[in-house]
Amino acid sequence: MSRQQSQRLAVALITTVAVLVFVPVIAIIGYLIISGIGALNWEFLTAMPRNGMKEGGIMPAIVGTLILTMGTALVSMPVSLLAAIYLAEYAKDNRLTRTIRMAIVNLAGIPSIVYGLFGLGAFVLAAGFGTSIIAGSLTLGIMTMPVVISTAEEAINAVPQQFRTVSLSLGASKWQTIRHQVLPHALPGILTGMILGLSRAAGETAPILFTVAAFYVPTLPSSIFDQTMALPYHLYVISTQVPGMPLTIQYGTALVLLLITLTLTLLATGVRTSMRRRRDW
Amino acid sequence: MTTAPPHPSGAPPRRRGETAIELLIWLAGISAIAIVALIFFFLLREGINTFLDIPLRQLFGVRWYPIEEQFGLMPLLVGTFLVTIGAVIIAVPLGVVAAIYLGEIAPLWLREILKPLIEILAGIPSIVLGFLGWVALAPIIQNAGAPTGLTAFTGSLLLAYMSLPTIISISEDALYAVPKEYRDGSLAIGATQWQTIWRVVLPAARSGLVIAVMLGIGRVIGETMAVLMVTGNAANIPNFGLSMFFSPVRTMTATIAAEMGEVARGSLHYSVLFGIGLILFLITFTVNWLATRLVGVEGARRQQGGRL
Repeated sequence: MSRQQSQRLAVALITTVAVLVFVPVIAIIGYLIISGIGALNWEFLTAMPRNGMKEGGIMPAIVGTLILTMGTALVSMPVSLLAAIYLAEYAKDNRLTRTIRMAIVNLAGIPSIVYGLFGLGAFVLAAGFGTSIIAGSLTLGIMTMPVVISTAEEAINAVPQQFRTVSLSLGASKWQTIRHQVLPHALPGILTGMILGLSRAAGETAPILFTVAAFYVPTLPSSIFDQTMALPYHLYVISTQVPGMPLTIQYGTALVLLLITLTLTLLATGVRTSMRRRRDW
Repeated sequence: MTTAPPHPSGAPPRRRGETAIELLIWLAGISAIAIVALIFFFLLREGINTFLDIPLRQLFGVRWYPIEEQFGLMPLLVGTFLVTIGAVIIAVPLGVVAAIYLGEIAPLWLREILKPLIEILAGIPSIVLGFLGWVALAPIIQNAGAPTGLTAFTGSLLLAYMSLPTIISISEDALYAVPKEYRDGSLAIGATQWQTIWRVVLPAARSGLVIAVMLGIGRVIGETMAVLMVTGNAANIPNFGLSMFFSPVRTMTATIAAEMGEVARGSLHYSVLFGIGLILFLITFTVNWLATRLVGVEGARRQQGGRL
Protein backbone atom coordinates (compact mmCIF):
# COMPACT_ATOMS: atom_id res chain seq x y z
CA MET A 1 0.00 0.00 0.00
CA SER A 2 1.44 3.35 -0.97
CA ARG A 3 1.66 6.26 1.45
CA GLN A 4 -1.14 8.10 -0.30
CA GLN A 5 -3.38 5.04 -0.15
CA SER A 6 -2.75 4.56 3.55
CA GLN A 7 -3.42 8.27 4.11
CA ARG A 8 -6.76 8.05 2.31
CA LEU A 9 -7.70 4.84 4.09
CA ALA A 10 -6.83 6.27 7.50
CA VAL A 11 -8.86 9.43 6.95
CA ALA A 12 -11.80 7.34 5.76
CA LEU A 13 -11.60 5.11 8.84
CA ILE A 14 -11.26 8.01 11.25
CA THR A 15 -14.23 9.75 9.66
CA THR A 16 -16.28 6.55 9.89
CA VAL A 17 -15.54 6.29 13.61
CA ALA A 18 -16.49 9.93 14.11
CA VAL A 19 -19.81 9.17 12.42
CA LEU A 20 -20.27 6.22 14.80
CA VAL A 21 -19.71 8.56 17.73
CA PHE A 22 -21.78 11.55 16.72
CA VAL A 23 -24.71 10.12 14.78
CA PRO A 24 -26.06 8.08 17.74
CA VAL A 25 -26.13 11.25 19.85
CA ILE A 26 -28.36 12.96 17.30
CA ALA A 27 -30.38 9.74 16.95
CA ILE A 28 -30.93 9.49 20.72
CA ILE A 29 -32.19 13.06 21.03
CA GLY A 30 -34.33 12.78 17.90
CA TYR A 31 -35.82 9.44 18.92
CA LEU A 32 -36.77 10.72 22.36
CA ILE A 33 -38.37 13.85 20.96
CA ILE A 34 -40.37 11.95 18.35
CA SER A 35 -41.50 9.28 20.82
CA GLY A 36 -42.23 11.62 23.71
CA ILE A 37 -43.67 14.73 22.11
CA GLY A 38 -47.10 13.14 21.78
CA ALA A 39 -47.44 12.82 25.55
CA LEU A 40 -46.64 16.44 26.25
CA ASN A 41 -49.70 18.56 26.89
CA TRP A 42 -50.92 20.93 29.55
CA GLU A 43 -52.49 18.21 31.67
CA PHE A 44 -49.36 16.02 31.58
CA LEU A 45 -47.24 18.88 32.90
CA THR A 46 -49.65 20.27 35.48
CA ALA A 47 -51.82 17.44 36.81
CA MET A 48 -51.28 14.96 39.63
CA PRO A 49 -50.85 11.31 38.58
CA ARG A 50 -54.08 9.30 38.63
CA ASN A 51 -55.04 5.64 38.57
CA GLY A 52 -51.75 4.22 39.87
CA MET A 53 -49.77 6.82 37.89
CA LYS A 54 -51.07 5.34 34.62
CA GLU A 55 -53.08 8.46 33.83
CA GLY A 56 -52.89 12.14 34.57
CA GLY A 57 -49.71 14.13 34.78
CA ILE A 58 -46.29 14.22 36.35
CA MET A 59 -46.52 17.63 38.01
CA PRO A 60 -45.30 16.56 41.48
CA ALA A 61 -42.18 14.98 39.96
CA ILE A 62 -41.42 18.13 37.96
CA VAL A 63 -41.97 20.34 41.01
CA GLY A 64 -39.84 17.99 43.15
CA THR A 65 -36.96 18.15 40.70
CA LEU A 66 -37.16 21.95 40.57
CA ILE A 67 -37.18 22.13 44.39
CA LEU A 68 -34.21 19.77 44.65
CA THR A 69 -32.30 21.75 42.03
CA MET A 70 -32.85 24.94 44.00
CA GLY A 71 -31.86 23.20 47.22
CA THR A 72 -28.71 21.95 45.53
CA ALA A 73 -27.90 25.49 44.42
CA LEU A 74 -28.38 26.84 47.95
CA VAL A 75 -26.08 24.19 49.43
CA SER A 76 -23.41 24.07 46.78
CA MET A 77 -23.03 27.57 45.39
CA PRO A 78 -21.89 29.64 48.40
CA VAL A 79 -19.37 27.09 49.66
CA SER A 80 -18.06 26.29 46.17
CA LEU A 81 -17.61 29.96 45.27
CA LEU A 82 -15.73 30.70 48.51
CA ALA A 83 -13.58 27.60 48.02
CA ALA A 84 -12.76 28.71 44.48
CA ILE A 85 -11.81 32.18 45.76
CA TYR A 86 -9.57 30.54 48.32
CA LEU A 87 -7.80 28.39 45.73
CA ALA A 88 -7.42 31.17 43.17
CA GLU A 89 -6.59 34.13 45.41
CA TYR A 90 -5.38 32.97 48.81
CA ALA A 91 -3.89 29.48 48.58
CA LYS A 92 -0.11 29.31 48.65
CA ASP A 93 1.76 26.60 46.82
CA ASN A 94 2.13 24.29 49.77
CA ARG A 95 1.12 20.90 51.04
CA LEU A 96 -2.30 22.00 52.31
CA THR A 97 -3.23 23.39 48.91
CA ARG A 98 -2.07 20.26 47.13
CA THR A 99 -4.14 18.18 49.54
CA ILE A 100 -7.21 20.31 48.86
CA ARG A 101 -6.78 19.91 45.10
CA MET A 102 -6.26 16.19 45.51
CA ALA A 103 -9.46 16.02 47.58
CA ILE A 104 -11.43 17.88 44.89
CA VAL A 105 -10.17 15.54 42.16
CA ASN A 106 -11.24 12.60 44.30
CA LEU A 107 -14.66 14.06 45.08
CA ALA A 108 -15.24 14.43 41.34
CA GLY A 109 -14.50 10.75 40.85
CA ILE A 110 -16.66 9.28 43.62
CA PRO A 111 -19.61 7.34 42.12
CA SER A 112 -22.98 9.00 42.57
CA ILE A 113 -24.39 5.93 44.34
CA VAL A 114 -21.64 6.32 46.98
CA TYR A 115 -22.80 9.90 47.52
CA GLY A 116 -26.23 8.39 48.04
CA LEU A 117 -24.87 6.04 50.73
CA PHE A 118 -23.04 8.96 52.35
CA GLY A 119 -26.23 11.04 52.36
CA LEU A 120 -28.13 8.15 53.93
CA GLY A 121 -25.53 7.63 56.66
CA ALA A 122 -24.80 11.29 57.37
CA PHE A 123 -27.96 13.31 56.73
CA VAL A 124 -30.87 10.85 56.83
CA LEU A 125 -29.63 8.86 59.85
CA ALA A 126 -26.87 10.62 61.82
CA ALA A 127 -28.27 14.15 61.45
CA GLY A 128 -31.81 12.82 61.87
CA PHE A 129 -33.34 14.59 58.86
CA GLY A 130 -35.02 11.40 57.65
CA THR A 131 -35.66 10.96 53.93
CA SER A 132 -36.30 14.60 53.17
CA ILE A 133 -35.70 17.43 50.75
CA ILE A 134 -32.96 18.80 52.98
CA ALA A 135 -31.10 15.47 53.09
CA GLY A 136 -31.37 15.12 49.30
CA SER A 137 -30.31 18.73 48.66
CA LEU A 138 -27.27 18.38 50.91
CA THR A 139 -26.26 15.16 49.15
CA LEU A 140 -26.69 16.61 45.65
CA GLY A 141 -25.07 19.88 46.72
CA ILE A 142 -21.93 18.17 47.94
CA MET A 143 -21.83 16.04 44.80
CA THR A 144 -21.81 19.12 42.54
CA MET A 145 -19.14 20.98 44.52
CA PRO A 146 -16.05 19.73 42.62
CA VAL A 147 -17.48 20.75 39.24
CA VAL A 148 -18.49 24.20 40.46
CA ILE A 149 -15.23 24.83 42.34
CA SER A 150 -13.10 23.88 39.34
CA THR A 151 -14.95 26.01 36.80
CA ALA A 152 -15.23 28.97 39.20
CA GLU A 153 -11.51 28.81 39.96
CA GLU A 154 -10.69 28.74 36.26
CA ALA A 155 -12.92 31.77 35.70
CA ILE A 156 -11.26 33.68 38.54
CA ASN A 157 -7.78 32.79 37.29
CA ALA A 158 -8.71 34.06 33.83
CA VAL A 159 -9.13 37.62 35.16
CA PRO A 160 -5.92 39.47 34.21
CA GLN A 161 -3.46 40.13 37.01
CA GLN A 162 -3.28 43.86 36.16
CA PHE A 163 -6.88 44.34 37.36
CA ARG A 164 -5.77 43.27 40.82
CA THR A 165 -2.56 45.27 40.77
CA VAL A 166 -4.38 48.48 39.83
CA SER A 167 -7.07 47.99 42.45
CA LEU A 168 -4.54 47.26 45.19
CA SER A 169 -2.37 50.21 44.17
CA LEU A 170 -5.37 52.51 44.56
CA GLY A 171 -5.57 51.47 48.19
CA ALA A 172 -8.29 48.82 48.04
CA SER A 173 -7.88 45.88 50.39
CA LYS A 174 -7.48 42.35 49.11
CA TRP A 175 -11.11 41.46 49.75
CA GLN A 176 -12.35 44.72 48.20
CA THR A 177 -10.27 43.91 45.14
CA ILE A 178 -11.77 40.43 44.90
CA ARG A 179 -15.29 41.64 45.56
CA HIS A 180 -15.31 44.65 43.22
CA GLN A 181 -12.75 43.83 40.54
CA VAL A 182 -12.20 40.10 40.25
CA LEU A 183 -15.65 38.58 40.86
CA PRO A 184 -17.60 40.84 38.47
CA HIS A 185 -15.25 39.92 35.65
CA ALA A 186 -15.30 36.24 36.55
CA LEU A 187 -19.08 36.12 36.96
CA PRO A 188 -20.07 34.67 33.55
CA GLY A 189 -17.55 31.84 33.92
CA ILE A 190 -18.69 31.16 37.46
CA LEU A 191 -22.32 31.08 36.32
CA THR A 192 -21.47 28.63 33.54
CA GLY A 193 -19.99 26.20 36.04
CA MET A 194 -22.90 26.59 38.44
CA ILE A 195 -25.55 25.96 35.79
CA LEU A 196 -23.68 22.92 34.46
CA GLY A 197 -23.42 21.58 38.00
CA LEU A 198 -27.15 22.06 38.47
CA SER A 199 -27.99 20.35 35.18
CA ARG A 200 -26.09 17.31 36.43
CA ALA A 201 -27.83 17.41 39.80
CA ALA A 202 -31.26 17.69 38.17
CA GLY A 203 -30.74 14.47 36.23
CA GLU A 204 -29.17 12.36 38.99
CA THR A 205 -31.02 9.38 40.38
CA ALA A 206 -28.60 7.41 42.52
CA PRO A 207 -27.90 10.14 45.13
CA ILE A 208 -31.62 10.71 45.77
CA LEU A 209 -32.70 7.05 45.89
CA PHE A 210 -32.28 6.71 49.65
CA THR A 211 -32.19 10.36 50.70
CA VAL A 212 -35.36 11.99 49.41
CA ALA A 213 -37.11 10.33 46.49
CA ALA A 214 -40.63 9.00 47.04
CA PHE A 215 -42.35 6.38 44.89
CA TYR A 216 -45.61 8.30 45.04
CA VAL A 217 -46.94 11.04 47.30
CA PRO A 218 -50.45 12.37 46.75
CA THR A 219 -49.57 15.94 47.77
CA LEU A 220 -46.80 18.42 47.11
CA PRO A 221 -44.17 18.72 49.86
CA SER A 222 -44.95 21.38 52.44
CA SER A 223 -41.61 21.61 54.23
CA ILE A 224 -37.95 20.79 53.67
CA PHE A 225 -38.37 17.77 55.94
CA ASP A 226 -40.87 16.13 53.57
CA GLN A 227 -40.10 13.54 50.93
CA THR A 228 -40.79 14.44 47.36
CA MET A 229 -41.17 12.77 44.00
CA ALA A 230 -38.49 13.65 41.44
CA LEU A 231 -38.33 13.17 37.68
CA PRO A 232 -35.28 10.86 37.43
CA TYR A 233 -36.57 8.49 40.09
CA HIS A 234 -40.08 8.72 38.70
CA LEU A 235 -38.78 7.64 35.29
CA TYR A 236 -37.01 4.69 36.92
CA VAL A 237 -40.16 3.71 38.82
CA ILE A 238 -42.62 3.91 35.93
CA SER A 239 -40.33 2.15 33.47
CA THR A 240 -39.22 -0.77 35.65
CA GLN A 241 -41.36 -1.03 38.79
CA VAL A 242 -44.94 -0.54 37.59
CA PRO A 243 -46.24 -3.19 35.21
CA GLY A 244 -48.61 -2.08 32.46
CA MET A 245 -47.44 1.51 32.42
CA PRO A 246 -48.36 3.15 29.07
CA LEU A 247 -45.26 3.75 26.96
CA THR A 248 -46.32 7.29 26.05
CA ILE A 249 -46.15 8.34 29.71
CA GLN A 250 -42.68 6.79 30.00
CA TYR A 251 -41.38 8.52 26.87
CA GLY A 252 -43.05 11.77 27.90
CA THR A 253 -41.40 11.68 31.33
CA ALA A 254 -38.00 10.94 29.81
CA LEU A 255 -38.43 13.81 27.36
CA VAL A 256 -39.42 16.30 30.08
CA LEU A 257 -36.35 15.33 32.13
CA LEU A 258 -34.12 15.59 29.07
CA LEU A 259 -35.55 19.00 28.18
CA ILE A 260 -34.87 20.32 31.69
CA THR A 261 -31.25 19.15 31.79
CA LEU A 262 -30.55 20.13 28.18
CA THR A 263 -32.01 23.60 28.73
CA LEU A 264 -29.62 24.08 31.63
CA THR A 265 -26.67 22.74 29.59
CA LEU A 266 -27.45 24.98 26.62
CA LEU A 267 -28.00 27.95 28.93
CA ALA A 268 -24.54 27.38 30.41
CA THR A 269 -22.80 27.06 27.04
CA GLY A 270 -24.73 30.13 25.84
CA VAL A 271 -23.47 32.19 28.79
CA ARG A 272 -19.94 31.00 28.05
CA THR A 273 -20.10 31.83 24.35
CA SER A 274 -21.52 35.31 24.88
CA MET A 275 -18.89 35.89 27.57
CA ARG A 276 -16.09 35.00 25.16
CA ARG A 277 -17.48 37.38 22.56
CA ARG A 278 -17.92 40.26 25.00
CA ARG A 279 -14.62 39.85 26.78
CA ASP A 280 -12.56 43.01 26.22
CA TRP A 281 -9.13 41.98 27.48
CA MET B 1 -5.27 41.15 69.81
CA THR B 2 -2.90 43.99 69.10
CA THR B 3 -3.40 46.16 66.08
CA ALA B 4 -0.38 46.52 63.86
CA PRO B 5 0.65 50.12 63.17
CA PRO B 6 -0.18 51.23 59.64
CA HIS B 7 2.77 50.84 57.34
CA PRO B 8 3.17 53.32 54.52
CA SER B 9 4.22 50.76 51.93
CA GLY B 10 2.60 47.67 53.44
CA ALA B 11 -0.80 46.10 52.91
CA PRO B 12 -3.73 48.51 53.32
CA PRO B 13 -5.61 48.27 56.60
CA ARG B 14 -8.32 45.65 56.68
CA ARG B 15 -11.88 46.92 56.73
CA ARG B 16 -14.17 45.64 59.45
CA GLY B 17 -15.64 42.26 58.68
CA GLU B 18 -12.92 41.30 56.26
CA THR B 19 -11.23 39.02 58.73
CA ALA B 20 -14.53 37.18 59.14
CA ILE B 21 -14.99 36.85 55.38
CA GLU B 22 -11.45 35.64 54.89
CA LEU B 23 -11.95 33.08 57.64
CA LEU B 24 -15.07 31.82 55.81
CA ILE B 25 -13.07 31.62 52.59
CA TRP B 26 -10.40 29.56 54.32
CA LEU B 27 -13.00 27.25 55.85
CA ALA B 28 -14.65 26.73 52.46
CA GLY B 29 -11.21 26.02 51.03
CA ILE B 30 -10.48 23.18 53.39
CA SER B 31 -14.05 21.87 53.27
CA ALA B 32 -13.13 19.59 50.36
CA ILE B 33 -10.70 17.69 52.56
CA ALA B 34 -13.28 17.51 55.35
CA ILE B 35 -15.91 16.12 52.97
CA VAL B 36 -13.67 13.37 51.63
CA ALA B 37 -12.85 12.44 55.23
CA LEU B 38 -16.54 12.49 56.22
CA ILE B 39 -17.57 10.31 53.28
CA PHE B 40 -14.89 7.79 54.22
CA PHE B 41 -15.93 7.95 57.88
CA PHE B 42 -19.63 7.32 57.24
CA LEU B 43 -18.98 4.50 54.76
CA LEU B 44 -16.65 2.90 57.28
CA ARG B 45 -19.02 3.43 60.21
CA GLU B 46 -22.00 1.82 58.48
CA GLY B 47 -20.00 -0.76 56.54
CA ILE B 48 -17.29 -1.94 58.91
CA ASN B 49 -19.29 -4.97 60.06
CA THR B 50 -18.92 -6.40 56.57
CA PHE B 51 -15.25 -6.95 57.15
CA LEU B 52 -15.54 -7.85 60.85
CA ASP B 53 -18.42 -10.35 60.71
CA ILE B 54 -17.84 -12.14 57.42
CA PRO B 55 -14.73 -14.27 56.94
CA LEU B 56 -12.77 -13.11 53.90
CA ARG B 57 -13.18 -16.53 52.24
CA GLN B 58 -16.94 -16.09 52.28
CA LEU B 59 -16.81 -12.41 51.40
CA PHE B 60 -14.97 -13.23 48.19
CA GLY B 61 -17.08 -16.32 47.64
CA VAL B 62 -19.22 -16.97 44.58
CA ARG B 63 -22.68 -16.99 46.14
CA TRP B 64 -24.63 -13.75 46.59
CA TYR B 65 -27.86 -14.83 48.32
CA PRO B 66 -28.62 -12.16 50.92
CA ILE B 67 -31.74 -14.04 52.05
CA GLU B 68 -29.56 -16.94 53.19
CA GLU B 69 -26.97 -14.54 54.61
CA GLN B 70 -24.61 -15.50 51.78
CA PHE B 71 -22.64 -12.40 50.87
CA GLY B 72 -20.08 -13.58 48.32
CA LEU B 73 -19.02 -10.51 46.38
CA MET B 74 -17.42 -12.38 43.47
CA PRO B 75 -20.48 -12.28 41.17
CA LEU B 76 -20.74 -8.51 41.65
CA LEU B 77 -17.02 -7.98 41.10
CA VAL B 78 -17.16 -10.10 37.95
CA GLY B 79 -20.25 -8.20 36.78
CA THR B 80 -18.58 -4.83 37.26
CA PHE B 81 -15.41 -6.16 35.60
CA LEU B 82 -17.24 -7.52 32.53
CA VAL B 83 -19.31 -4.39 32.01
CA THR B 84 -16.28 -2.15 32.50
CA ILE B 85 -13.99 -4.11 30.17
CA GLY B 86 -16.68 -4.17 27.50
CA ALA B 87 -17.27 -0.43 27.80
CA VAL B 88 -13.53 0.29 27.64
CA ILE B 89 -13.04 -1.88 24.55
CA ILE B 90 -15.82 0.07 22.82
CA ALA B 91 -15.20 3.55 24.19
CA VAL B 92 -11.42 3.94 24.05
CA PRO B 93 -10.95 3.49 20.30
CA LEU B 94 -14.12 5.47 19.57
CA GLY B 95 -13.15 8.27 21.95
CA VAL B 96 -9.50 8.60 20.95
CA VAL B 97 -10.25 8.41 17.23
CA ALA B 98 -13.11 10.91 17.58
CA ALA B 99 -10.66 13.25 19.33
CA ILE B 100 -8.18 12.77 16.44
CA TYR B 101 -10.99 13.57 14.01
CA LEU B 102 -11.95 16.73 15.91
CA GLY B 103 -8.40 17.91 16.44
CA GLU B 104 -6.65 16.96 13.21
CA ILE B 105 -9.13 16.31 10.43
CA ALA B 106 -12.52 18.01 10.86
CA PRO B 107 -12.89 21.43 9.24
CA LEU B 108 -13.40 24.29 11.67
CA TRP B 109 -17.10 24.80 10.96
CA LEU B 110 -17.85 21.12 11.61
CA ARG B 111 -15.86 21.19 14.84
CA GLU B 112 -18.02 24.11 16.04
CA ILE B 113 -21.08 21.90 15.54
CA LEU B 114 -19.66 18.66 16.92
CA LYS B 115 -18.15 20.00 20.14
CA PRO B 116 -21.47 21.22 21.57
CA LEU B 117 -22.85 17.81 20.61
CA ILE B 118 -20.38 16.22 23.04
CA GLU B 119 -21.59 18.53 25.79
CA ILE B 120 -25.16 17.55 24.96
CA LEU B 121 -24.22 13.87 25.24
CA ALA B 122 -22.59 14.61 28.62
CA GLY B 123 -25.77 16.37 29.67
CA ILE B 124 -28.12 13.42 29.05
CA PRO B 125 -29.01 11.96 32.47
CA SER B 126 -27.90 8.37 32.90
CA ILE B 127 -31.44 7.34 33.79
CA VAL B 128 -32.62 8.60 30.38
CA LEU B 129 -29.96 6.57 28.60
CA GLY B 130 -30.85 3.63 30.82
CA PHE B 131 -34.50 4.02 29.87
CA LEU B 132 -33.63 4.07 26.17
CA GLY B 133 -31.44 1.02 26.66
CA TRP B 134 -34.34 -0.72 28.35
CA VAL B 135 -37.10 0.11 25.85
CA ALA B 136 -35.15 0.41 22.60
CA LEU B 137 -31.66 -1.12 22.71
CA ALA B 138 -32.38 -4.34 24.63
CA PRO B 139 -35.02 -5.56 22.12
CA ILE B 140 -32.56 -4.93 19.27
CA ILE B 141 -29.86 -6.97 21.00
CA GLN B 142 -32.31 -9.77 21.70
CA ASN B 143 -33.42 -9.83 18.07
CA ALA B 144 -29.75 -10.04 17.09
CA GLY B 145 -29.67 -13.50 18.65
CA ALA B 146 -28.80 -13.10 22.33
CA PRO B 147 -30.97 -15.15 24.72
CA THR B 148 -32.01 -11.91 26.40
CA GLY B 149 -31.50 -8.25 25.60
CA LEU B 150 -30.48 -7.42 29.15
CA THR B 151 -26.80 -8.34 29.19
CA ALA B 152 -23.39 -7.11 30.24
CA PHE B 153 -22.87 -6.01 26.63
CA THR B 154 -26.00 -3.84 26.66
CA GLY B 155 -24.62 -2.11 29.75
CA SER B 156 -21.18 -1.77 28.19
CA LEU B 157 -22.62 -0.12 25.10
CA LEU B 158 -24.52 2.49 27.14
CA LEU B 159 -21.59 3.11 29.47
CA ALA B 160 -19.25 3.49 26.51
CA TYR B 161 -21.33 6.39 25.19
CA MET B 162 -21.62 7.84 28.68
CA SER B 163 -17.84 7.86 29.10
CA LEU B 164 -17.16 9.24 25.59
CA PRO B 165 -17.42 12.92 26.62
CA THR B 166 -14.74 12.35 29.28
CA ILE B 167 -12.44 10.39 26.98
CA ILE B 168 -12.89 12.69 23.98
CA SER B 169 -12.33 15.95 25.82
CA ILE B 170 -9.24 14.78 27.71
CA SER B 171 -7.78 13.12 24.59
CA GLU B 172 -8.40 16.30 22.64
CA ASP B 173 -6.54 18.32 25.26
CA ALA B 174 -3.66 15.86 25.07
CA LEU B 175 -3.49 16.10 21.26
CA TYR B 176 -3.83 19.88 21.39
CA ALA B 177 -0.88 20.08 23.78
CA VAL B 178 1.45 18.51 21.19
CA PRO B 179 3.48 21.45 19.78
CA LYS B 180 2.63 22.46 16.22
CA GLU B 181 6.33 22.32 15.34
CA TYR B 182 6.25 18.53 15.71
CA ARG B 183 3.58 18.28 13.01
CA ASP B 184 5.25 20.85 10.77
CA GLY B 185 8.61 19.11 11.08
CA SER B 186 7.12 15.75 10.21
CA LEU B 187 5.15 17.08 7.23
CA ALA B 188 8.19 19.03 6.03
CA ILE B 189 10.30 15.89 5.69
CA GLY B 190 7.58 14.38 3.53
CA ALA B 191 5.41 12.36 5.88
CA THR B 192 1.70 12.18 5.10
CA GLN B 193 -0.86 13.53 7.54
CA TRP B 194 -1.66 10.03 8.71
CA GLN B 195 2.01 9.12 9.19
CA THR B 196 2.39 12.32 11.22
CA ILE B 197 -0.59 11.49 13.43
CA TRP B 198 0.45 7.86 13.92
CA ARG B 199 4.21 8.25 14.36
CA VAL B 200 4.53 11.75 15.87
CA VAL B 201 1.36 13.17 17.40
CA LEU B 202 -0.02 10.06 19.12
CA PRO B 203 3.29 9.06 20.77
CA ALA B 204 3.80 12.63 21.99
CA ALA B 205 0.29 12.70 23.48
CA ARG B 206 0.60 9.23 25.01
CA SER B 207 0.52 10.14 28.70
CA GLY B 208 -2.53 12.34 28.24
CA LEU B 209 -4.30 9.55 26.38
CA VAL B 210 -3.57 7.16 29.24
CA ILE B 211 -5.20 9.61 31.65
CA ALA B 212 -8.22 9.87 29.37
CA VAL B 213 -8.63 6.12 29.45
CA MET B 214 -8.16 5.88 33.23
CA LEU B 215 -10.68 8.58 34.01
CA GLY B 216 -13.08 7.04 31.53
CA ILE B 217 -12.75 3.78 33.44
CA GLY B 218 -13.35 5.62 36.72
CA ARG B 219 -16.54 7.02 35.25
CA VAL B 220 -17.71 3.60 34.00
CA ILE B 221 -17.09 1.72 37.26
CA GLY B 222 -19.23 4.15 39.24
CA GLU B 223 -22.23 4.35 36.92
CA THR B 224 -25.38 3.04 38.51
CA MET B 225 -28.82 3.61 37.06
CA ALA B 226 -28.21 2.68 33.44
CA VAL B 227 -26.49 -0.58 34.36
CA LEU B 228 -29.17 -1.34 36.90
CA MET B 229 -31.79 -1.13 34.17
CA VAL B 230 -30.10 -2.94 31.30
CA THR B 231 -27.69 -5.60 32.61
CA GLY B 232 -30.36 -8.07 33.67
CA ASN B 233 -29.81 -8.07 37.42
CA ALA B 234 -28.48 -11.62 37.72
CA ALA B 235 -25.99 -11.92 40.56
CA ASN B 236 -24.18 -14.96 39.27
CA ILE B 237 -20.97 -15.62 37.41
CA PRO B 238 -21.46 -16.45 33.73
CA ASN B 239 -19.48 -19.33 32.24
CA PHE B 240 -16.09 -18.32 30.96
CA GLY B 241 -15.93 -17.45 27.28
CA LEU B 242 -16.94 -14.76 24.85
CA SER B 243 -20.58 -15.51 25.60
CA MET B 244 -20.19 -14.11 29.10
CA PHE B 245 -20.46 -10.61 27.66
CA PHE B 246 -23.90 -11.58 26.41
CA SER B 247 -25.11 -12.95 29.74
CA PRO B 248 -27.10 -11.06 32.37
CA VAL B 249 -24.91 -9.80 35.21
CA ARG B 250 -25.19 -7.53 38.23
CA THR B 251 -22.66 -4.82 39.10
CA MET B 252 -21.63 -3.54 42.54
CA THR B 253 -23.33 -0.19 42.00
CA ALA B 254 -26.57 -1.76 40.79
CA THR B 255 -26.64 -4.07 43.81
CA ILE B 256 -26.52 -1.14 46.21
CA ALA B 257 -29.23 0.72 44.31
CA ALA B 258 -31.50 -2.30 43.99
CA GLU B 259 -31.24 -3.68 47.52
CA MET B 260 -30.71 -0.74 49.87
CA GLY B 261 -34.40 0.13 49.76
CA GLU B 262 -35.41 -3.23 51.18
CA VAL B 263 -32.88 -3.97 53.93
CA ALA B 264 -33.39 -3.46 57.63
CA ARG B 265 -31.15 -0.77 59.06
CA GLY B 266 -28.30 -2.24 61.08
CA SER B 267 -28.64 -5.71 59.55
CA LEU B 268 -25.61 -7.46 58.11
CA HIS B 269 -27.04 -7.06 54.61
CA TYR B 270 -27.23 -3.30 55.21
CA SER B 271 -23.59 -3.24 56.33
CA VAL B 272 -22.46 -5.24 53.31
CA LEU B 273 -24.10 -2.73 50.94
CA PHE B 274 -22.13 0.04 52.65
CA GLY B 275 -19.06 -2.22 52.49
CA ILE B 276 -19.51 -2.43 48.71
CA GLY B 277 -19.74 1.36 48.69
CA LEU B 278 -16.48 1.51 50.59
CA ILE B 279 -14.80 -0.77 48.04
CA LEU B 280 -16.08 1.46 45.20
CA PHE B 281 -14.84 4.54 47.04
CA LEU B 282 -11.38 2.99 47.41
CA ILE B 283 -11.26 1.88 43.74
CA THR B 284 -12.14 5.35 42.39
CA PHE B 285 -9.84 6.96 44.96
CA THR B 286 -6.97 4.81 43.68
CA VAL B 287 -7.74 5.51 40.01
CA ASN B 288 -7.81 9.25 40.66
CA TRP B 289 -4.72 9.13 42.82
CA LEU B 290 -2.82 7.30 40.09
CA ALA B 291 -4.04 9.76 37.48
CA THR B 292 -2.89 12.63 39.68
CA ARG B 293 0.49 10.97 40.16
CA LEU B 294 0.90 10.61 36.40
CA VAL B 295 0.05 14.13 35.32
CA GLY B 296 0.00 16.18 38.49
CA VAL B 297 -3.06 17.69 40.09
CA GLU B 298 -3.46 20.36 37.42
CA GLY B 299 -3.72 17.78 34.67
CA ALA B 300 -6.11 15.52 36.53
CA ARG B 301 -8.29 18.48 37.38
CA ARG B 302 -9.15 18.74 33.70
CA GLN B 303 -11.24 15.63 34.08
CA GLN B 304 -13.94 17.75 35.68
CA GLY B 305 -14.30 19.68 32.47
CA GLY B 306 -14.70 16.35 30.76
CA ARG B 307 -17.26 15.11 33.19
CA LEU B 308 -19.48 18.12 32.80
